[in-house]
Amino acid sequence: MSVFRAALSRELLVLWRSPAEIINPLFFFVMVISLFPLAISPKPELLALVAPGVLWVAALLAVMLSLDGLFRRDQESGVLELLLTAPVMAVVPVSAKLLAHWLLTGLPLVLISPVLAHMLQLPDAVLGTVMLSLLLGTPALTIIGAIGAALTVGLNRGGILLAVLVLPLYIPVLIFGAGAVSAAVDGGAVNGILAILGALLALTVSLGPLAVAAGLKISSGN
Amino acid sequence: MVWQTIKRWYHMLGSPRYFYTFSSALLPWLTPIALLVFTVGIVWGLAFAPSDYQQGNSYRIIFIHVPASSGALMGYMAMGVAGLVAVVWRMKMAEVMMKAIAPFGAALAAISLATGALWGKPTWGTYWQWDARMTSMLILLFMYVGVIALQNVIRDPRQAARAAGLLAMVGVINVIIVKYSVEWVQTLHQGSTLKLVGESTINPAMKYPLLISMLGTWLLYAVNVLVRARTEVVWRERRSKWVRKLVKGGGQ
Amino acid sequence: MSQPSTHSDAETAPRLVLEQLSCERDDRLLFSGLSLTASAGEIWQITGANGAGKTTLLRILVGLHGFYEGVCQWWQPQWQQELLYLGHQPGVREELNPLENLRYACALSEQGGDPMAALAAVGLQGFEDVPAAHLSAGQKRRIALARLWLEHKAVWVLDEPYTAIDQDGVAALDQRIQQAAQAGALVIYTSHHQVGDGVRRLHLAHGQAEVTSGGLA
Repeated sequence: MSVFRAALSRELLVLWRSPAEIINPLFFFVMVISLFPLAISPKPELLALVAPGVLWVAALLAVMLSLDGLFRRDQESGVLELLLTAPVMAVVPVSAKLLAHWLLTGLPLVLISPVLAHMLQLPDAVLGTVMLSLLLGTPALTIIGAIGAALTVGLNRGGILLAVLVLPLYIPVLIFGAGAVSAAVDGGAVNGILAILGALLALTVSLGPLAVAAGLKISSGN
Repeated sequence: MVWQTIKRWYHMLGSPRYFYTFSSALLPWLTPIALLVFTVGIVWGLAFAPSDYQQGNSYRIIFIHVPASSGALMGYMAMGVAGLVAVVWRMKMAEVMMKAIAPFGAALAAISLATGALWGKPTWGTYWQWDARMTSMLILLFMYVGVIALQNVIRDPRQAARAAGLLAMVGVINVIIVKYSVEWVQTLHQGSTLKLVGESTINPAMKYPLLISMLGTWLLYAVNVLVRARTEVVWRERRSKWVRKLVKGGGQ
Repeated sequence: MSQPSTHSDAETAPRLVLEQLSCERDDRLLFSGLSLTASAGEIWQITGANGAGKTTLLRILVGLHGFYEGVCQWWQPQWQQELLYLGHQPGVREELNPLENLRYACALSEQGGDPMAALAAVGLQGFEDVPAAHLSAGQKRRIALARLWLEHKAVWVLDEPYTAIDQDGVAALDQRIQQAAQAGALVIYTSHHQVGDGVRRLHLAHGQAEVTSGGLA
């Protein structure tokens, strides 16, 4: 456990000292959202209709793009080899890294989402659902995306390849995340959908880090 | 005793050389049988099965569409199993299989989508409908593309196979969840989905040719996988004595 | 599996056995038929031209590279507990200062000891809280080398430890490696620099591996 704590504080420190990694996904999220009223129509009723999907797709892309460099610098600097040859199970420091990454890149998206939802003319009553769905969904997106990042770490062509690998895996989370917000807008029952989203999160949290660690080992040549 | 037998089979299965010999013996039989079964199923379905009282003759595309869909789905599942064996037990033949399964499966998924669209035009009035099965098949095709893309960018063939294997394992879990989530979307949006032919109500005169063409497609898939795997095995083992001997023997 | 502690003379206990080890990469045979037994207290120097497979061999030994034929066997199942591995890259993140980098490495490898003293031993006193981005290549390398001055591990695997190190540093490193071997550690390293007398040498060239036992007086 002490390894986890040491690794967590180290990961938070590294991210904190490269603020672009934290700020860029957040700005990407805001900018993509602001494209839609310009591209579709600023009419409130139209925006409110597409808002759940727009919010979720933008959040999903922001998370995915933030993951592109998740392991790259650790790989280039040799830290990854240190991690994989350590006596502790690789899944421990890897989990710490995923948690730190979500806290500093995923959580800000959740926190800013009510503002953006409001700008997309969603009623105030659904802002809670927007935040809750993203709170349950973005960690799952981080972990699933990290599997792709682990498998492509040494390949130097990140970006598009990562998207090709990861986007199909994001679909269930997207469906239930955006579905929860849509249901809230329609005044339907939301708890059941959020529960499914929670179940998906539980599944990814329990199996995902193992897959990420396995992916890193494979990428290192094992 | 049983355990010993299983262990021996496992080692035989895992041996590239044994695989080559075994498939050499199997293919001359399997290939004509597969072609025959497939032809019988398709010809029976397209030419001799009765026409549907609602859809007329346009329904006949199911004799291609349904076998292709089932083959694509089974192929991905098989890839997930091969991936598991390759990643966890490091079996070389499973790595070979990983690579051999993907292309035909992706082609079947594409065929399934194309025939689905052709069928959709007379049935739905549009080529594309975000129907649960069509959407799932589209995502399955995306996942095949992911596996193939990953395999192609990693230079070391063993590493490529293991990376793709891990992706396929995650993908299999995803296929299952996608299926349910896409069906759930339909209920949420109460879309204009038209139920396709219900499996339980299908006329036996249509069912048998369908089953036969499905079997034929699977057998053809198996032949394709074996042929691809043999090529890959020979390439991988090109330095070994048995392949050198084989090449010499064939050259004379 | 022989327990090194049960041996009367721990220094001659075999630690690593390679049998018919061969590895092929990008369609090229790096080495084949490599067999050797390395024991506690020995120093092994691995030499060879660039691209001869030195780094790959070390990566196989520490379990990072799994695509090889043959046997690579350590003396105990939990050998990773006793491994100190220094990779080709120093494993230093530029965002962190030397102390933070070293602490993370210690946490991962469960290595005890005084990080401040270790940094001082490699000549980094006064630089403990300077971000590694502001340090030279040699200084970054020294952060990684500081791990050698922490708690002892039974096996040292070092990939080019002498790279970018100045003369004083080389002398200190020589001394440290010999000290470790005398204390019973097995040290395996790649470099053209010979630590001292009695070093066993493994030369990789043209797909062949040649062992020349040292022992020059």
